[in-house]
Amino acid sequence: MSDVNYTQPDGEESFAKAAGKQLLGFGLATVVFFGLLMWGLQTLASMVGSSTVSAKAVDAENQSITIAIATEPPQMDSTLATDASSGMILGHVMEGLLRNSMDDKIEAAIAERWEINATQATFWLRDDARWSDGEPITAHDFVFAWRSALKPENASEYAFLLYPIKNGRAVNEGDLPYTELGVRAVDDQTLVVDLERPIAFFDKLVAFPTYLPIREDFYNATNGRFGADAWEMLYSGPFMITSWVHGSSLLLERNPYYWDQDSISLQQINIGYITSDGTAKLNFFKDNKIAFTTLLAENLTNAMAQRWHIERTQDGTVFFLDFNHRPDHVTSNRNLRKALQLVLDMEELVYKVTKLPGYIPGESLFPTWLQGVEDKFRKEYPAPELILDRDEALRHLELAKQELGIDEIPELILLSGDNPLSSLQSEWVQEVLRTKLGISVKIDKQIFKQRLAKMTAGEFDMVLAGWGPDYDDPLTFGDLYASWNKNNRGLYNNPEMDRLIEQAQNSVVPRERMETFAAIQQLLFDDVAQLPMYERGVTFVIHPHLKNVKQRVIGASTDFTRAYIDTTAY
Amino acid sequence: MLKYAFKRIVQGLITVWFIATATFFAMHAVPGDPLSGDKALSDKTRANLEAKYGLDKPLMTQYGIYLANIAKGDFGISFTQENRKVNDIIREHFPVSATLGILAILFAGAGGILWGALTALYRNRLPDTIIMFLVILGISVPSFVVAAIGQLSLVNINDLAGVSLLPIGGWGTVWHMIVPSMVLGLGTMAYLTRLMRSSMLEIISSDFVRTAKAKGVPPTQIFTRHQLRNAILPVITVLGPSIAGITTGGFVVEIIFAIPGLGRYFVQAVQQLDYTVIMGTTVFFGAFLVFMVILVDIIYGYVDPRVRLE
Amino acid sequence: MTDQSLAPDAFKRIEQTAQIHGISRPSLSYWQDAWIRLKANRRALYSLYLVVGLLLFTFLGPLIWQIDPSVQDVDQISQPPFASRTVQLVPEYQPWYPSDELSGTGLNFVAPPTTQYVRLTWDKNPAATGGYRVYRNLFPIGVERAYGLPLKETGVAENFFEDRLDLKPRNYFYSIVALDDDGNELHDQVETIEGEVIRVMAPREAISRGMLDADEAPVFGTQYTLPLHPLGTDYLGRDMLARLMHGARVSLFIGFFAPFIFVLVGVAYGSVAGFLGGMTDQALMRFADFVVALPFLLFMILFKVVFAIGPGESGIMPMLLAMVLLLWPATARLVRGQILQIREEGYISASRLLGAKTNYLVLRHMIPNTMGVILVTITFAVPSAIFTEAFLSFIGMGVAPPTPSWGSMCNEGIKTMLTTPHELIFPALLISVTVLAFNLLGDGLRDALDARMRNRE
Repeated sequence: MSDVNYTQPDGEESFAKAAGKQLLGFGLATVVFFGLLMWGLQTLASMVGSSTVSAKAVDAENQSITIAIATEPPQMDSTLATDASSGMILGHVMEGLLRNSMDDKIEAAIAERWEINATQATFWLRDDARWSDGEPITAHDFVFAWRSALKPENASEYAFLLYPIKNGRAVNEGDLPYTELGVRAVDDQTLVVDLERPIAFFDKLVAFPTYLPIREDFYNATNGRFGADAWEMLYSGPFMITSWVHGSSLLLERNPYYWDQDSISLQQINIGYITSDGTAKLNFFKDNKIAFTTLLAENLTNAMAQRWHIERTQDGTVFFLDFNHRPDHVTSNRNLRKALQLVLDMEELVYKVTKLPGYIPGESLFPTWLQGVEDKFRKEYPAPELILDRDEALRHLELAKQELGIDEIPELILLSGDNPLSSLQSEWVQEVLRTKLGISVKIDKQIFKQRLAKMTAGEFDMVLAGWGPDYDDPLTFGDLYASWNKNNRGLYNNPEMDRLIEQAQNSVVPRERMETFAAIQQLLFDDVAQLPMYERGVTFVIHPHLKNVKQRVIGASTDFTRAYIDTTAY
Repeated sequence: MLKYAFKRIVQGLITVWFIATATFFAMHAVPGDPLSGDKALSDKTRANLEAKYGLDKPLMTQYGIYLANIAKGDFGISFTQENRKVNDIIREHFPVSATLGILAILFAGAGGILWGALTALYRNRLPDTIIMFLVILGISVPSFVVAAIGQLSLVNINDLAGVSLLPIGGWGTVWHMIVPSMVLGLGTMAYLTRLMRSSMLEIISSDFVRTAKAKGVPPTQIFTRHQLRNAILPVITVLGPSIAGITTGGFVVEIIFAIPGLGRYFVQAVQQLDYTVIMGTTVFFGAFLVFMVILVDIIYGYVDPRVRLE
Repeated sequence: MTDQSLAPDAFKRIEQTAQIHGISRPSLSYWQDAWIRLKANRRALYSLYLVVGLLLFTFLGPLIWQIDPSVQDVDQISQPPFASRTVQLVPEYQPWYPSDELSGTGLNFVAPPTTQYVRLTWDKNPAATGGYRVYRNLFPIGVERAYGLPLKETGVAENFFEDRLDLKPRNYFYSIVALDDDGNELHDQVETIEGEVIRVMAPREAISRGMLDADEAPVFGTQYTLPLHPLGTDYLGRDMLARLMHGARVSLFIGFFAPFIFVLVGVAYGSVAGFLGGMTDQALMRFADFVVALPFLLFMILFKVVFAIGPGESGIMPMLLAMVLLLWPATARLVRGQILQIREEGYISASRLLGAKTNYLVLRHMIPNTMGVILVTITFAVPSAIFTEAFLSFIGMGVAPPTPSWGSMCNEGIKTMLTTPHELIFPALLISVTVLAFNLLGDGLRDALDARMRNRE
């Protein structure tokens, strides 16, 4: 700044005073100007924006709640939906033949009753099921939706979930016309599905969003924009989207034609904010703007200081360190992987690095919440016990070096996502391997799509990977390491594994299936095909007046459909 | 004049073509695959998707189609929001960013001039010291730190007041715009204050002010007519270029205050490798800036007779 | 008109009586003069000291403070400065297999609570038909019945619990809440206990820290002092001071080199254009105009993605390259303008008349005379480069971990600014000080180097 020298002339004081007064006048004028400008903008904004954004977190008078979601759903076509946000909202506005109950059982929804045997499944639809425009929901709507999910030109990523239906795969791959799909509406109320082969969990699959109904005439009337906006959709669930301001908010209101009105008490679910910034969400919660938010480790102290009721649950996802099993990578050597297994203390990872209650140190690819025959799968078939032992690890490392014919393990490339938590974990892995085994690790931090591209191309030695369940059966995890599975990006190839997976896929006897999964669990451990890191937990706070909010591992992660407001609650 | 405008517009169009070309080839040089998702795709599905977005054609053909579409004003369909047109996305989100930016500029301009004049008037006295200290903070603290602290302070103010005085994020009413635009304009305002202060100080000691005083012109007239009016000129000239600074902050403010602007959308699109959205947004933003500059130049030509348009 | 004849003595040399052409003040070169003027500007001078100090901090600092910035001190995570560092030696962690006979003492710690574990046991409660939920809080439980962090739900038969989650040496309140059959909390069946956790360390760790010899028999209960972290540690227990020093390398590297290189490119480009003039100039400058029109941040992000960061790379080079690619035209324009101006100056014509070659003109006159402008440009470009780096870190496109940079440290620190403010304050302070120093220095340089300002007092 160039301060030019100047001397204060006489009378400067009075000049400053006069000028100051004038400046004050200008200041006031500016404020008035801004006031007017704001008023003008307000009138403008009221024409575009949604006016409900300033709603309270929980409004007992209007039976309305406000929440935030992390990302906007890309679109709401149930046959194309793959992401968590779409799943969450579809869970509120749509209902299929069957649904997951509040105690995580499969229960009747649009279908009144159903029968599944080895070759066929039959669903009898209730006659009071209506679309949000009042038209009845018929078996034809399901036939149409399932066919479009499998049509090759629609390129649905989740089409594979419909492969248990007869000719499903052939239709999806374009070998057969979609009319050959093994599903037909006997009449408006009866849907018959021919199965490709006996399947133990078809009822659980039917509860998945890809199996939701779509009405043909409405779909065709949207000209390919089905699910892109609030008015480009038809709803079968307890709520319907009445306003969707892209990037900003969605308003879900009670669907008057929903058949099961008695179970619903909320009138409105206002998704007022879309932000993935954890701190921002915490601020919204603190400001009584949203009724629910998840907490990050760094927010816990703050949450306790606010005296909030903190809760925790699991979102069902398992995270693991995946290896590249291609022969030109040193990680294809079992002894090297074994050495890593023996030094990486996942308890330390969870207790000292991720630091959130609800995270469970990883012991198995099969998470603790999976149901076994009678009890939880992991209670019936505990994960193999791992005793950390650095000396043993060093022995394995020596063996690995001998087998590989090298003196020194080359730098390992650890592929990692670009979110803070992945960075944290990869930095931890890097540090542990450096100090305990003297192996140096290069972290390759990539944005999501580039990470996937590198995984598919095999440009990594290790990768931090996660797997969320698609349906409530151990098979959703169990077939990951099949040599034919495209998600097996490290190309793990073990005939024994393939045999076990085929056995699990073809069996319908619960005990036999679970035994097979236990064998897969053991094989994964013995062969160190991957290293389970943790099962992800969710720590959250919820408005004390809001009750009966359900946390799920499948479908809508947080389910407010049956929530109610209790102002007397503490 | 018309000839000049025409020439500038043709130049602008060529510039837009250059931006479009640079974006297209940069985008296609990005390693990674926009079609990959959490679940692996079957070959058939992938082929279908490639056909849908025209990725199966040779690069130059794609480039041709892309240019032809831009000429028609069509940026294509988003990769992640499969049923939405990029045009719709821009139409819905750009006004938000623009509103925020214009408010921030106005706020920064008004604030900068007022504070600058004030500090010059009370040079080396308490108001000057306080404001200049704040200005130094405004210039030297990264925008995301300012935004985060701004939001946090608002939460605490609301908490203390017991009622929600101002919303701490989101978009929809005027109340949502106040704090974000202030935070966004803060850096620019600090810069303008400094500029205004030094320009004001220079004017204060200039000959014509001394003459005016000697003539016995009333102080209020000297202040507005001679000092303020002349000191504002350099501030006005930098307002245009500071739009760039405002865009920077815009990204940050949109993310922190959960504002559905185009900047936040762009960042998301890059992370998702949403080709069409990235290309559409960049070309649109580039074209917007180019034509804004042309517009400003032409307006200057009208306003300031010293500027000759050739 | 009078006739004047020229006599030879009229051409006699006048005797030199005094130093007529004596120079009263020593001759000053452009740079000497600039330096004097800069020195006179107190603010600029202090800024210069600050910049030198920052450079010393960056380059000499790591030689003095030889702590590896990537070493994680898991016992001192997110530790503020001046926290207690004592640690007690205890046996290695052993899994705990408690039996039923523990009960009978009420809610109690089985062993003194330590950072290794906190083991709790409580009396079985007949009302707890659905088991118990264990909570941990940092604050006393008030009327809100906010028990804190829910750690675990235990079965009816399990009246014990072991906590190992992120234990810090401080006071904790543990609450055991009985659950009914449906898993609802029975708020009248709550027990709370307060315990002070002490920081401990097992022999294996003590050995790896060099506090204990491998063959030495550990004496449990001995007090040790953990390594000093003068500015505290970050979220992974890494030394803040060391990370700030290494982060300075990244931030200042980008801050210095990006402007330096793009100014260099700009000078070369601009002087060629300005000197050659004509069509070449037109074409070159038209291209520069194109590049200027690219929206900077959007392309910055785009380029960051295009020049993908390979494994183990810090991502500094792609960032540098992107900045250079986008920012050179501004300098090029400036330099061209200067050159065009200088080209018309009288001394250039004079020099040319005297037979100066083009090379000589460029090297002797043009470049030195534009140096002032160039130097000022560089100085002002430094803060904006540092800001750009910080901004990219904020949106997750900055340097790759574990490389620290001030921007990425700020971004991490923001998340915990309420609980551990030191993680934000130090990097933010350094950014601010650097940016400020360069801004003021730039002002000072501009005043000192600007020829028009030279004669003004």
